[in-house]
Amino acid sequence: MQFEKNEDGTVLRLTLDKKLSAVTAEQLEKELAEKLVGVKDFTIDMAKLAYVSSAGLRVLLKAQRQVAQNGTMKIINAVPEVMRIFETTGFKEILNIEN
Amino acid sequence: MQNNKLDIEADVNNLDTVLAFVDEQLEKYGCSPKIQMQIDVAVEEIFVNIANYAYNPEIGLAGISVETQEEPLAVTITFTDNGVPYDPLKKPDPDVTLSAEERQIGGLGIYMVKKSMDNISYEYKDGRNILTIKKNL
Repeated sequence: MQFEKNEDGTVLRLTLDKKLSAVTAEQLEKELAEKLVGVKDFTIDMAKLAYVSSAGLRVLLKAQRQVAQNGTMKIINAVPEVMRIFETTGFKEILNIEN
Repeated sequence: MQNNKLDIEADVNNLDTVLAFVDEQLEKYGCSPKIQMQIDVAVEEIFVNIANYAYNPEIGLAGISVETQEEPLAVTITFTDNGVPYDPLKKPDPDVTLSAEERQIGGLGIYMVKKSMDNISYEYKDGRNILTIKKNL
């Protein structure tokens, strides 16, 4: 996972790769606790992400709730396998997904 | 028909080893990315459930057995543990229509397994939880 933040710290872009599993979701949750402070515009690029489990969904939902307090979070470039997970779980409706 | 089994400590940190074992058994069948991910996610959800709840706070063993059959091509994966009796299929399905604010995450993992596998069954026998999933390849 790779983070890019703008100078005033309000715009954050996260690029995820490979898997968002129980193991990597825990790492992501720790990173986000620190990196999301003050962020108003959060983009997650999932072009290289091939796998999401419920542990990953939990962290995405938590981030969405946190950012929604004073900003927006959006997901871009989700691959079909990951989109299918979002559809099955109803996350397609609760996350802001652009393709 | 082939059958291979892995016995491993039910610890979330062993997840990658478990997935590598399952993927190795399936490699020769050249599954589509869709089916491969559905199987891997199902294996993760069940293994993580065992890791988090079966022996908590201790760590015990989980058995993962992968059986493949041809004509029709299918894989059956059986998970066993000696932890507290627990039937995840009895857990009510989560309401997947709720908003982000109202959403609960509990039960989502096993719901994803139910939705993506062709068959899933549970039994408690001889002091063991036995959960079996089957997916047509």
